[in-house]
Amino acid sequence: MTTAQETTTAPSRGSRFTSAAANYLDERTSISGITKELGRKIFPDHWSFMLGEVALYSFVAILLSGTFLTFFFEPTMTQVHYDGSYVPLKGIQMSAAYASTLDISFDIRGGLLMRQVHHWAALLFVAAIGLHMLRVFFNGSFRKPRELNWVIGFTLFILAMAEGFTGYSLPDDLLSGNGLRIIDGMVKGIPVIGTWISYLLFGGEFPGEVIVPRLYSLHILLVPAILVAALGLHLLLMVINKHTQYAGPGRTNENVVGVPIMPNFAAKAGGFFFVVFGVIVLISSFFTINPIWNYGPYDPSPISAGTQPDWYIGFLDGALRLVPPGLEFVLWGHTWSFNILIPMIVVGIFIVAVVLYPFLEAWITGDKREHHITERPRNAPTRTAIGAAGVTFYAVLWAAAASDILATHFHLTIEAVTHSLQALLIVGPIIAYFVAKRSCLALQKKDREIALHGYESGRMIRLPGGEYHEVHKELSDYERWRLVDYLDYKPLMVRPDARGRISPMQRVRAAFSRWFFEDRISPATRAELESGKEHH
Amino acid sequence: MRTKSSTDARRRQTGRRHPLASIALITIGLLSTGGAYALLTTTASAETTTATQQSISEGQKLFAANCATCHGMTAAGTEHGPSLYGVGAASVDFQMGTGRMPLAFQGPQGAQKPPQFTQQQIDDVAAYIASLAPGPGIPDEKWLTGDSNTALGGELFRVNCAMCHNVAGAGGALTEGKFAPALKGVEARHIYEAMVTGPQNMPVFSDTNLTPQDKADIISYLKFLDENESVGGYSLGSLGPVSEGLFIWIFGLGAIVGVTIWITARPN
Repeated sequence: MTTAQETTTAPSRGSRFTSAAANYLDERTSISGITKELGRKIFPDHWSFMLGEVALYSFVAILLSGTFLTFFFEPTMTQVHYDGSYVPLKGIQMSAAYASTLDISFDIRGGLLMRQVHHWAALLFVAAIGLHMLRVFFNGSFRKPRELNWVIGFTLFILAMAEGFTGYSLPDDLLSGNGLRIIDGMVKGIPVIGTWISYLLFGGEFPGEVIVPRLYSLHILLVPAILVAALGLHLLLMVINKHTQYAGPGRTNENVVGVPIMPNFAAKAGGFFFVVFGVIVLISSFFTINPIWNYGPYDPSPISAGTQPDWYIGFLDGALRLVPPGLEFVLWGHTWSFNILIPMIVVGIFIVAVVLYPFLEAWITGDKREHHITERPRNAPTRTAIGAAGVTFYAVLWAAAASDILATHFHLTIEAVTHSLQALLIVGPIIAYFVAKRSCLALQKKDREIALHGYESGRMIRLPGGEYHEVHKELSDYERWRLVDYLDYKPLMVRPDARGRISPMQRVRAAFSRWFFEDRISPATRAELESGKEHH
Repeated sequence: MRTKSSTDARRRQTGRRHPLASIALITIGLLSTGGAYALLTTTASAETTTATQQSISEGQKLFAANCATCHGMTAAGTEHGPSLYGVGAASVDFQMGTGRMPLAFQGPQGAQKPPQFTQQQIDDVAAYIASLAPGPGIPDEKWLTGDSNTALGGELFRVNCAMCHNVAGAGGALTEGKFAPALKGVEARHIYEAMVTGPQNMPVFSDTNLTPQDKADIISYLKFLDENESVGGYSLGSLGPVSEGLFIWIFGLGAIVGVTIWITARPN
């Protein structure tokens, strides 16, 4: 109290300096407007809104540790004889890239920790992006006006995978070399132009001597530059579009309820950055990742059992593993490798479907309104079901990348694992779709029931007439809000246009709309709620 | 007789050699090179085999009681088990010493389990089997010390073994439920014997393929992996990216999601 009075009457030297410095900056940059806008950006308090931040913070950890690694890594494939501290590789011929990675791991102080921080943070980065995307999808937070930010976010996901893959290949160890060989095979599987592209990429026949420096340029220069630019755009759009929020009392499409960035949220977020960084460093200190010294230098002849890519490339590897045999033939003097083309096409369609989903859904619903209230997944049953099917599809491909490890660790035959996963790839998404949709509808029904009649309190009373009755505990208005405040869509009606005709496009759209909204549970109306109250 | 006289006549007429002469020449050539080869390979062999008659007869009794059901009373094999002629003492020592034999059940592959016999009993059975027909013997101790060239051993391991056993010896899947077992903690003698005899689904790495010195190098490399804990922390089973990915999703992201829930939690 006294200090506050003192500062208002006579500003201390420190605060005088701060205001002078702020004034100096503002007069030259007009930054106060931006600070005012940014500083008052509101963040709703919900844990699922912090997943994007996790991705951002692990990206910072990647940038910092990656910079350290560039000081010591030699991105060339010049052959050298290793003469470092790791005995089982002494005197072995290897590329300078591999030798310098070994030096980072064994002979540079803190090098191994930094390598592990870099790699673990990369895995966490992509995982956090994945979870963040799932949150955005199942909440319907991709709806207008955020469709473009979904596309940018998706681009970030792809760029993160590209960063991961180029980085994975840099040490030029046996594991990453095998991974590159698979990429080379996939490129060569493209009819007519595949071989040319492969020769262009590797500067001649695989593995050549240029791929590591080329991947290095991509990994530390081009891809990060695009990634940072896209990240900036992603954050900018987040500020412009404002944050979404869950439905609740006092929360409307026009406001955001939460805390402003300055000062508390910034402090919290800053602290959270250190928590994320701390978790990464802890994991890196205690758990090995990519022990390249075990793998040995790359040599095209050996290959190790249990060779897998990092988790985020796994679904592509899995797609290749699940292709049935006998799809390769020669026609018109060219080899047609459908065993490679089919997975590429299927995964390509899947990726395009994910990126275009907001536009598809907007077209089907015909909804042109802005949405700033996130939907609970149960309140959009068809979307949730589609999401569940997509997740299942991805998960099966992902599991397929570990088919050999599933076989050995669960004492199964690898054929049984492969065939089961092949079947699951088709059947799994269908089952997931129906289970998710029915679960959503059931949950909505339950919500409606609770909104109308309250919770079962478990208290039994006996009426004077002898009848037993359970007392239902009514919800407070605050609690009820969450259950009844959601959008109720109806299937689109096919209507003739100005010329009295119904276009085929209209019919298709109506059919999709029926598919989306035919099964639905409407939220309890005011009248229903009123009559519900009278009962209890 | 007539044929002979006619050929004789023809020989005199043409003045050429007997038509069987070339065949005889080839036979002599093959025999000499084959013999020399056999001699050379036996001199390069690394096994020591000394067995007493008593040991052999003890082994025969043990064999009759425990192995003959599948391998036959004379070890000639039945429809349930292969013949053991020529498999050698090394094979017996490996299969019984690692507990794979006697089999727990007929399956894609005999599983490793605690040995069912004492080393003395195993030696006796090995002596009996070795007495039936020559085969690879118990390896000499000098190859098993584990102090040869680990760098060369590592390279040989990657080229010859890693495609089934995994580059870090963590094991791997084969077809139809068969698998290459993990190599952590396997005795040097058993590693050597496995390379020489090619047990179950493993190919034979003979002394001309991998010399005893090469085998000693591989053993040294595996012993190095056994004795030196992973420098980067806990190795997550040396299974590579699969266990790393699972770990980051469950423990890494799990921990961080826990933190986000904690940060945004409001006091009740």
